[in-house]
Amino acid sequence: MTRGMILIILLVLTIRVLVAAPFVGMMRVPVSALWGECSNPVLVDVLWQIRMPRVTMAFLAGAALATAGMAFQAMFRNPLATPFTLGVASGASLGSALAIHLGLAACWMGKSAITLSAFAGALLTIALVYGLTRARQGFSTATMLLAGVALSFSFSSLILLLQYVSDFTDSYRILRWVMGGLDQIVSFGDVLDVVPLVVAGSLVIFYLTHELNLITTGEELAASRGVEVERTKRILFLAASLMVGAVVAVCGPIGFVGLMAPHICRLIIGPDHRYLAPASWLFGGLFLVICDALARTVMAPAELPVGIITALLGGPFFLCLLLATATRKEIV
Amino acid sequence: MNADSQNAIDVCGLSVWLGGRKILDGVSFGVERGEAVTIVGPNGAGKTTLLKCLAGILTAGSGKILLDGRPLGDCPRKRLARRISYVPQADSQPVPFTVEQFVLMGRYPYLSPFSPVGKEDRQAARGAMEQTDTTRFAGRRLDTLSGGERQKVYIAAALAQGGEILLLDEPTTFLDYHHQEDICRLLRRTARRSDLTTIAVTHDVNRAALESHRIVALGGGRVVFIGAPHEIMRPDVLQRIYGCPFELVDHPHVGMPMVVPLGAPEDSA
Repeated sequence: MTRGMILIILLVLTIRVLVAAPFVGMMRVPVSALWGECSNPVLVDVLWQIRMPRVTMAFLAGAALATAGMAFQAMFRNPLATPFTLGVASGASLGSALAIHLGLAACWMGKSAITLSAFAGALLTIALVYGLTRARQGFSTATMLLAGVALSFSFSSLILLLQYVSDFTDSYRILRWVMGGLDQIVSFGDVLDVVPLVVAGSLVIFYLTHELNLITTGEELAASRGVEVERTKRILFLAASLMVGAVVAVCGPIGFVGLMAPHICRLIIGPDHRYLAPASWLFGGLFLVICDALARTVMAPAELPVGIITALLGGPFFLCLLLATATRKEIV
Repeated sequence: MNADSQNAIDVCGLSVWLGGRKILDGVSFGVERGEAVTIVGPNGAGKTTLLKCLAGILTAGSGKILLDGRPLGDCPRKRLARRISYVPQADSQPVPFTVEQFVLMGRYPYLSPFSPVGKEDRQAARGAMEQTDTTRFAGRRLDTLSGGERQKVYIAAALAQGGEILLLDEPTTFLDYHHQEDICRLLRRTARRSDLTTIAVTHDVNRAALESHRIVALGGGRVVFIGAPHEIMRPDVLQRIYGCPFELVDHPHVGMPMVVPLGAPEDSA
């Protein structure tokens, strides 16, 4: 099967899942709710006000996390890199934990203080990591990785500290936020907030697929082939981090998608980023939409945090795929 | 045009500091078009650093490198890559691509974003693989190849890149005799056919003397010798460069003096 065909199959699958997902959930919604001809008018609202935005958000989040993860894995030439490796998620979590702990209730332009604070945390972390690596001229990817991991750890312990000094309710809210989830998405407004950064970030990464290919073969070799390595890495870092920051501010740090979706796609479509990038984008979105549909049905009427499902479903799936293809291919 | 305009590359007073240490110290020399120049010298003399400067990978430092009389730094990186290709030291860094994909990636300086690889690019890659005798493992992954095969693929990718100047970092050092001869023959042939200018770095003085028109020796970041192969192949000259005694014996066919291992001193018994 050619790589183009795999992409088309993935696209068709994605469209089918996207069409079906809004009708799945605690309440079954009939198709007629689409054009408002439904015996129960509540279902029309459920479909248009809750399910549609939520499915769209799940897709965008999954696509952004997977594509950013792919870019970071290529850039650091490290299969364990994730969109959160450089501390964006911890920064956002710390922001939200602070807002919850301080009981910030203010709204600004319709966004909750928690979301705003989380996005500020993400931006601050990006600026910090960027600044740290700029301070030493030229950024070695190893330095950047270590700076990100160190920041992540410091932020995580600050979050623990905040949880420790908070009362039970706040502590639980912090914990729940850190697990990530899509249950806070209640309007298309939330979706529109992340669209610009996700679309721009994805386009930048798609634009740089030749460069990503060359950087995986070694930075010096890439430079000798004509790649502006430093500039490319800087642009990739900013594009991927901003997009992940926006997603995390709204959905919390949903784990696993950013780490595993790119690897699953590598096993399916190979290491060439010209195909791997669109595949990761589609598969990441598809995967998170499915996981979220499960999250709201498995224990209905209760909801599971989607982060639990992503790892529970994705882990074994990846291992099966790995065992099935290990004899023919290696991932890294 | 200045007097040196027949030179492909001119290095003028190049000094480079890395990590607070002076690696290159006022290096100057020129390389003519079509010439094969080898850079030798002890470990840490700055050979690889010099090569990376010539490839435009390292841009720090003072002094100038002129490409056709114009500063290298003024040339946009993609345009530079169409003129100069670089073959790095063979290492076993895992590269997940197949040989064909890897050679095609040498065409990067001719591609624009989103553009598919064109017919011309495929032709260039195929030609480079035929020249280097690597067509038969086109579909294999790079990290399943032996060191000698991988070295040929790296050269193929550099040839697909299409520059007229080829820079090589230790092209034969980690290979067995058979593959050493193979690579040298390959380089000699392609250099002649495509009128390439080659600049190589090596530890193998014998190889350097046999394969190059001129030899540049570095020591402590300075040029300590520059001249024809027969001029460097003298015990006193080599001792000055490497700081140890040398024994030389004439090559039976070529007549060039060759370095032989010293062996155990007779009076040690």
